[in-house]
Amino acid sequence: MAGSSAPVGVLALQGDFREHIAVLRGLGADAIPVRRPTELSEVSGLIIPGGESSVMDKLSRMFGLAEPLKAAIASGLPVWGTCAGLIMLADRVLDAIDGQESFGGLDIAVRRNAFGSQLDSFETELDIPVVGEPSLHAVFIRAPVVESVGVGVTTLASLHDGRVVAVEQGNLLGTSFHPEMTGDTRFHEYFLGKVAAAA
Amino acid sequence: MSDNSTSNQLGTNRVKRGLAEMLKGGVIMDVVTADQAKIAEDAGAVAVMALERVPADIRAQGGVARMSDPDLIDGIIAAVSIPVMAKARIGHFVEAQVLQALKVDYIDESEVLSPADYVNHIDKWNFDVPFVCGATNLGEALRRITEGAAMIRSKGEAGTGDVSEATKHIRTIRGEIAALAGKSKDELYVAAKELQAPYDLVAEVAAAGKLPVVLFTAGGVATPADAALMMQLGADGVFVGSGIFKSGNPAQRAAAIVKATTFFDDAQIIAEASRGLGEAMVGINVSDLAAPHRLADRGW
Repeated sequence: MAGSSAPVGVLALQGDFREHIAVLRGLGADAIPVRRPTELSEVSGLIIPGGESSVMDKLSRMFGLAEPLKAAIASGLPVWGTCAGLIMLADRVLDAIDGQESFGGLDIAVRRNAFGSQLDSFETELDIPVVGEPSLHAVFIRAPVVESVGVGVTTLASLHDGRVVAVEQGNLLGTSFHPEMTGDTRFHEYFLGKVAAAA
Repeated sequence: MSDNSTSNQLGTNRVKRGLAEMLKGGVIMDVVTADQAKIAEDAGAVAVMALERVPADIRAQGGVARMSDPDLIDGIIAAVSIPVMAKARIGHFVEAQVLQALKVDYIDESEVLSPADYVNHIDKWNFDVPFVCGATNLGEALRRITEGAAMIRSKGEAGTGDVSEATKHIRTIRGEIAALAGKSKDELYVAAKELQAPYDLVAEVAAAGKLPVVLFTAGGVATPADAALMMQLGADGVFVGSGIFKSGNPAQRAAAIVKATTFFDDAQIIAEASRGLGEAMVGINVSDLAAPHRLADRGW
C-alpha cells in the first residue's frame, strides 16, 4: 500500500474488474488492469474478479497468462479471488465444463453455481472475524461454495447453514461473494494488508 | 422473497444488476439448440440467449416470432453451466412468467420477437428474474430502467450482419449521457422532459456519467472487428445473434469474437483473431430494409 511500491493488479480478461480497481484506488492504492504476462510481472498482488470462470480460464491460457500466474502464486504472490476468482484459485473445481482448468493454489474443492440459477442469487449478512465488527453485507451471484478444505486452509466465513464462503491459505484469499459491489472496503483493506506484508 | 435460511434476500435490484456486472467484457451468443449452446460455451461465451430462430431466420421466414418452446429452453439450461437468457415478446408478461418458472437466468424483453403489446412494456419489478431490454437512445434506456430493466443493450438492427445501426445506437446513448454531464439542475428538469424519463434517474445518470446498469450492444455484430468497435465505443460487452451460427465456421468465429472483445484495444490481437474465419454471415444492408421490416423501431 506504500506509495512507492509496485501496483496491485486486477485480472481484466472479463468480469467486474473495473469495480475492484475503483475500490483499490479509493483506498489510495495504485491499481492496474492485468491482461498480459508483462503486466502481471509488474504487480505486488492480484485480484481475480467476478465473472465467468470458464471464460477467464480459456483466455488466460490462450494469451500465456496462466503459466506465469501459477508460478507467481507458487512463489508467494498475494492473490485474492472473488466468486469466479475463487474458482480460479481452487485446486479442485466441481461442476466445471469439459476441459476447464484453474490456476490453483488454494487446497480446496469449489463447486460452481452451487446455489442454483440466478433466481437463487441473494444478499445476506456475514460475520467475518478477520475484518471485525459489524457483520459484512455480502452479495452472492450464481455463486460457488467451498465444499472441502485442506489442512493448511483457514475458513474465514460460513453461511448460517455452515457452507464455507471465504477462505485463506498463506498469501491466497478466496470469497464466494463480491465485496467490490457494496461499498464496504474492509475486505480490500485486509487484502492490501497482506500485499504490504508480503512486499 | 426469502428461503429457509435466515435473512437471505433474493431477487434484489443488486443481485439482478449484479449478474450483468459479471458478464461485462464478455460475449453473449444466440443459440437455437443445446448443441449450439455447448459450442458457444466451449468457445468462451459468457452467457447464451436461447431462442427458437435466430433473427436472420425470423427476418427471412417472417410470421409471428414468439417465446421458445420450454423443452428447448430446458435442454439448453441442461447443456451448459453459463447463464442462460431467453426472449419474451415486448409486453408479454405471461411469457416472462413462464420463463421465470423455467428458471432462466435473464429475460430479454425483445423487439426481435413480435410485440404482444404496442403500448405497454412488462412491469419488470414484478419479477425476481432480471431483465435486459433494448434501446436506441438514452430516453428509451431510462424508460426501460424505470420499468425495472437490470441491463440495457443498444438495439442495432438484428439479423442483418450490418453493424451500422449498432454503431448509431451506442453512439447516441453515450453521446446523450455525455451531454447531461455539463447541465445544471434547472437544465436537467428540461432534459428529463425531453428524454421522457424520470428526473431522479436523469440526475443520477448526469452525476455518474453512465447508466446505473450495464450497457451491452447488439444487432449486427458479425466479426471480431465489429465486436471490438462496439467495445471501443464504450459498450460493456456484446450480444452476437445470427453472426455466429449463420457463418461458415461458428466455433472458430465465436472464439475469435471473444478474443477481440477482451483485447478490443489491441489491433494486433484483433488482426490475428480475424484470420481464416471463413465466410461471415451473408448480411443485409439496413438501408435496403423497408421501414416496416426494421426491428429496432419496435419498442418506444
